[in-house]
Amino acid sequence: MWHLAGLAEAPQLLPARIQMAFTLGIHIILVPFGVAFPAIALLANRRALRSGDEEALTLAQRWSKAMAVLFAVGAVTGTVLSFEMGLLWPGLMGRFGDVFGLPFAVEGIFFFTEAIFIAIYIYGWKRLSPRLHLWSGVPIVLAGVGGSAAVIAANAWMNTPRGFGLASDGSVVDVHPMEAFFTPAFGYEFAHMLLAAYMIAGFMVASVYAVGMLRGRRDRYHRLGFLIPFVVAALATPLQIVVGDIAARAIYRDQPIKFAAQELVTRTSTHVPETLGGLLVGGEVRYGLRIPSFASLLAGLSPETKITGLDTVPPAERPPANVVHLSFDVMVTMGFLLLGLVAWLALAWWRRRDLPRSRWFLRAASIAGLASIVALEAGWVVTEVGRQPWIVYRVMPVGDAVTASPGIWGSFAVIMSVYLGLAVAAVVVLRRMAAGWRDGESGDSRVPYGPRSDDGFGEHADGAEPSR
Amino acid sequence: MTLADGVAVVVWLGVTLYVVFGGADFGTGLWDLLAGGTERGERPRELIDHAIGPVWEANHVWLIFCLVALWTGFPRAFAAVMSTLYVPLSIAVLGIVLRGAGFAFRKATRETVARRAFGAVFAVSSIVTPFFLGSALGGIASGRVPAGRPGNLVTSWMNPTSVFVGVLAVAICSYLAAVFLTIDARRLHQPDLERYFLRRASVAALLAGAVAIAGLFVLREDAPRLYRGLTGKALPLVAISLACGAGALFLLAKGARTGTRLLAVGAVATMVWAWGFAQFPYLLPETLTVAGGAAVAPTLRAVLVVFAIAVLVVGPSLALLFALDQRSRLDAV
Repeated sequence: MWHLAGLAEAPQLLPARIQMAFTLGIHIILVPFGVAFPAIALLANRRALRSGDEEALTLAQRWSKAMAVLFAVGAVTGTVLSFEMGLLWPGLMGRFGDVFGLPFAVEGIFFFTEAIFIAIYIYGWKRLSPRLHLWSGVPIVLAGVGGSAAVIAANAWMNTPRGFGLASDGSVVDVHPMEAFFTPAFGYEFAHMLLAAYMIAGFMVASVYAVGMLRGRRDRYHRLGFLIPFVVAALATPLQIVVGDIAARAIYRDQPIKFAAQELVTRTSTHVPETLGGLLVGGEVRYGLRIPSFASLLAGLSPETKITGLDTVPPAERPPANVVHLSFDVMVTMGFLLLGLVAWLALAWWRRRDLPRSRWFLRAASIAGLASIVALEAGWVVTEVGRQPWIVYRVMPVGDAVTASPGIWGSFAVIMSVYLGLAVAAVVVLRRMAAGWRDGESGDSRVPYGPRSDDGFGEHADGAEPSR
Repeated sequence: MTLADGVAVVVWLGVTLYVVFGGADFGTGLWDLLAGGTERGERPRELIDHAIGPVWEANHVWLIFCLVALWTGFPRAFAAVMSTLYVPLSIAVLGIVLRGAGFAFRKATRETVARRAFGAVFAVSSIVTPFFLGSALGGIASGRVPAGRPGNLVTSWMNPTSVFVGVLAVAICSYLAAVFLTIDARRLHQPDLERYFLRRASVAALLAGAVAIAGLFVLREDAPRLYRGLTGKALPLVAISLACGAGALFLLAKGARTGTRLLAVGAVATMVWAWGFAQFPYLLPETLTVAGGAAVAPTLRAVLVVFAIAVLVVGPSLALLFALDQRSRLDAV
C-alpha cells in the first residue's frame, strides 16, 4: 500500500487536475457525436432507401456533414488528451503504461477505422450504389462502439486495477494485458457510457429540431429530424436507468468508499437511509430528504445490507463526499426527468400517433440535449472524483502520478482560452452550415474539414466563376 | 530481432508516417504565410485549403499512434520524455489545437480582416508546431533527456541540436508540402499553380538539403555520438537519403515528372531511419536502451499483435478510400 505523503507537497496537483478535468470534460461532450450520431444518420439513410423518403435522405446527408466537423474537433481534443497523459501524469504512465496502455492502442485502430469510413461514407453519397453506401456506414457505428469500449477499459482499470502484481520494491511484475483490459468495472462502465452516448447524440440532435419547430418550422422535415434522434434516445433512456442501477450495486461491491461518498454514508451500518440532496457538514449529514433504509435496499436488495462507511479509511483517503454525492444526485435527477419526457411522448404517441400538442413538450425537448450533457458530466465527476485520492484505486495516489514541471497554471490558462475559441469555431461553423441549408444551398463549401463531396476546385461559395 | 526491437521498429514506423504525412500537412502553413496579400495569395491559398480540407486533422492519428506505442512499449522512456520536454511539447500541443481552429475559422468566416487573422494563426502554428516537435527530438538525440531522473527543463530543448532539428523539421515540412501541392495543382489542371509550387519545391529542396548538411557540423560538436552513428553504421542510409534528395531535385528541375513525390518521401523517410539506426540501441542516449526500457514481454507481444491487426484492418480500408478517391478524380476529368 502506498503512503499519501506525496499529496500535500505537489503544487502542480491542483492545476494538473483542473486542466485534465477541463480538457476531458470538453472531449467527452464530443464523444457521443462520433460514437452514436453516425448510427442516427444511418437510420435516416435506411428510411430514405426503404420508403423513398426525400426528407430522410436530406437529413442523413446533412447529418453526415455535421458529423465530420464534430469528428475533426474531437480528433484535435483527443490528441491533446494523449499528450496530457504524459505531460501531466508521467508517474502513472511511467509505472503502469505497460499494464493499461494497450486499450489505447486498440482504441487507435478503431479511431482510424472510423475516420476512414466517415470519409468513405461522405465520398460515397455520389459514388456508391445506395445500398453499398448504406453498408459503408456500418463500420463507423461498429468502430464507435469498439473505440468507446477500449477507452472505457482503460478507465475501468483505474477503478478496478487487475492484471499485474507489485514486487516488494514497488515495481510492476507479472503483467497480463488481457486481464488488465477486462476488469470488473469494464462491463457496467462501458454499457453506461455507450448508452449515455446514444442519449446525448439523440437528445442533442432532437433539441435542434425542437427549437426549429418552436420557431414555427413545423414541416415534415423538422418532425422527422426531431423524431428519429429522439426515439433513439428514448430507447436508450430506460435501459440506462437499469444499467445505472446495476452499476451502483457493482460500485458498492468494487469500490466501497466511492459508494459511501455517493450515498453520504459516514459510519458503517445497516438500514442506511438514501439521502436526496443534503450535505456532509462537520462529519454529519445535514439537510436533504432521507428515505429510511433505501440506500441499503438499493445496494443489496435488502434493508439489512451493511454499507461500508467513510470512517473505515483515514481522512486523507476519502474523496470529497459532497461533490460526489451531489453530482450523483444531479445525474440521477436528469436521468429521471429525461425518462419523464420520454414517457410524455410515448403516451401521446400511444393515444394519438402524434407528438404531444403542448408547446411545453417542445420547450422541454429543446433543453433535453443540455440536460443529458449535464447528466454525463455529473456521472463522470462521480466516477473520477469518487476514486480520489487514488489515480489507480488503492494502488497509486494522484499525488504520485503528477508531473514535477512548474507552470501548469499557465498552460491551463492558455488551453482554456484556446478551447473556448475552438468551441466558438465549432458552433459558428455548424450554425453557418444550418443557415446555408435553410437558404437552400448544399452547405459543402462551408465545411472546413471533412472529405470533399466533390473534386471541384476554384468554385467559390459566393458564386465566383471557376478559374480553370 | 527481439520483441523490444520489434516494438521500437513499430514506433519508428509511426514517427516516419507522421513526419511524411503530418509534415506535408504542416508545411502548407509556411506557403500559406508566404503567399502574399489577400489578392495575390488567393489562388495558392485556395489550393492549400483544397488540399488539406479532406485530410482534416486525421494525420494526427500517426502522432497518437507513436505516443500510445511509446507509453505501452517503453513506459519509462515516455515518462522521461514527457517530464523533461514538458515545455516544447506543451507548445506543440497548443500549436496543433490552434492550427485546427485557425483553419476551420478562416473557412467559416467571410470578413477579410478576420480571415487574415485566422489565416495567420493557422500559418504560424503550422510552423511553430513542427519546430518544437523537432526541438524535442533534438533534445532526445543529443542525450539531454535522462531516464529515471528529471532533466533540465530549459537546456533540454534550447541547445544547438534542438535548434538544428527544429529548423530541419520546418524545412522538411515545407519541402514535402511544396512537392505535394505541385502534384495536386497538376491533377487539378492549374498550370499556373503548378509552376508556382514547382519553383518553391525546388528552393525548399535546396534549403532542406543545405540545412541537413550544415546540421552535421552542429551534431559533430553537440551530439558526437549521433554524429559518429550517422557517419558510421548509418552512412548507407544517409547516402540513400542524399541520393533520393538529389534525384527528386533533378526531377523537379525537369518539371516534377512521375516519381518526384516518391523520391522526396524516400529522402525524408530514409533520413528518419538513418537517425533511428544511428541512435540504436539507445532510446534515450545514453541512459536507456531499447532492451532496458522495454515493457514486459506479454505487453510487447500484445502491442505487436495489435499492430498486426491494425495493418490488416486499416490497410484494406485505406485502399478502399484511395480507390474511391481515384474514381472521383476520374469523374472530375
